[in-house]
Amino acid sequence: MAEEVKLFRNWSSPFALRIVWALKLKGIEYETILEDLQNKSSLLLQYNPVHKKVPVLLHNGKPILESLVILEYIEETWKQHPLLPEDPFEKATARFWARFNDEKLLPSIRDASTKQGKEQEEAIVQVEENLKYVEEKLKGNVFFGGETIGYLDLAFGWLANLVSVLEEVTGLSLTASGKFPLLSAWMQNFSDAPVIKECWPPRDKLIIKYQAMIEKYTAVAAPK
Amino acid sequence: MSTTDVKLLGGWPSPFVMRARIALNIKSVDYQFLQEKLGEKSERLLKSNPVYKKIPVVIHADKLICESLIIVQYIDDVWTSGPSILPSDPYDRAIARFWAAYIDDQWFPSVRGIAFIAEGDEAKKEALEQVAAGLELLEDAFTKCSKGGNFFGGERIGYLDIALGCFLAWLRVTEKLGNVKLLDEAKAPNLCKWAECFCSDAAVKDVMPETDWLSLNHNIRKTSRKSFRTQSTSFHNGNIRSLSSPTHNDSTESKKITTEPLLPICPSNASDLPSNDPIVR
Repeated sequence: MAEEVKLFRNWSSPFALRIVWALKLKGIEYETILEDLQNKSSLLLQYNPVHKKVPVLLHNGKPILESLVILEYIEETWKQHPLLPEDPFEKATARFWARFNDEKLLPSIRDASTKQGKEQEEAIVQVEENLKYVEEKLKGNVFFGGETIGYLDLAFGWLANLVSVLEEVTGLSLTASGKFPLLSAWMQNFSDAPVIKECWPPRDKLIIKYQAMIEKYTAVAAPK
Repeated sequence: MSTTDVKLLGGWPSPFVMRARIALNIKSVDYQFLQEKLGEKSERLLKSNPVYKKIPVVIHADKLICESLIIVQYIDDVWTSGPSILPSDPYDRAIARFWAAYIDDQWFPSVRGIAFIAEGDEAKKEALEQVAAGLELLEDAFTKCSKGGNFFGGERIGYLDIALGCFLAWLRVTEKLGNVKLLDEAKAPNLCKWAECFCSDAAVKDVMPETDWLSLNHNIRKTSRKSFRTQSTSFHNGNIRSLSSPTHNDSTESKKITTEPLLPICPSNASDLPSNDPIVR
């Protein structure tokens, strides 16, 4: 029986992009089902009733949910081009920093971009603290995965294009300041990798999207 | 491998620490349990987990592993000769990981909220509904994952059993102190049956706190949170004479705490009495 792999995603979700990259790196053929998140398909709601979100990977009719869970599933199912280290401690470390990205780093960057006044100042401090950890992780490595792109690069991957979009939209300087040279170099190397490069959503569309999102947050936060 | 090769930094009341202990028990790994003082974070903890500053932390030789679910997977990956904790099939593993993340990110935060919400508050009703909705999902997940066995892992305790089961004592405490029914036999018969099996499992029973002790611990923490005034409570327990909140200024009282070895106020954990490890300065 031929393998059937489908990916439910939308045009811009950084979480869904992780899966696109993983599938491409492993050379897995798949079908894309593009979702409009303002008008979710009945199939998406059927496959992900708990969170109703993208990405959803469908493998021979079975849905797998949550991007980091999907990455591990892909790793365990298709053994070519390994994404995770073999060593248990290195694997645990990669998992730890991927969770850190989702639980701490990403929310802090979102807060720095959307909050105002004192709350924004505090969020910016938090972002700097968090980015210091990321910078430290890159010492002695081209990629988080070592010589080649791996699981942790995919987890942090969203930074490589969205940070500059957010900086343009908000006027903030998160990594553009040059405070994090290793991270800035990684962002360039990661973006330039052929498999990654061909998947970026169009920048002009992203600018419009995040402009609108930030305006919405600002309007809600500061009614006068 | 000697006991001192594996250390676990934690506290007996913590469900997250319990996950690590259950996993180590499943693999029959000896370890040194280094208990943190209630309400305080030691230098050692802050150095071992500077990012989150939380327990548990496993110290394996020189390696530090943080975050309870990551620790459980690490234990499974390292001690391969023992029974497996995660399922072998990638899809079953994905399901277990999905529900474990759901429990941590959505379900437990709603449980934890209930204990601190006042009676009659609208927020309490909402929290109760969230918990109930989550349990309904987990009841359904149990039916699918267990494949007729007693556990989410099937015939044996597995990753998802550990992820959820560690909260059973807190569920009971919340029910008792909040005067609510969370795990209802009428609505979640399979989970109720599972809870009994889980708590009596050999890998679990010695590390599951008894409800009474956990309630006591919970009340102390709730009172400490409400005010920073000096607190002092006596326990008629052979092991501890008094327990003060960390803000207690009386140096005599503090000396009593610091010179005694830290003993858990839980008789079921008598086997965990630490050696002369200098966890207190």
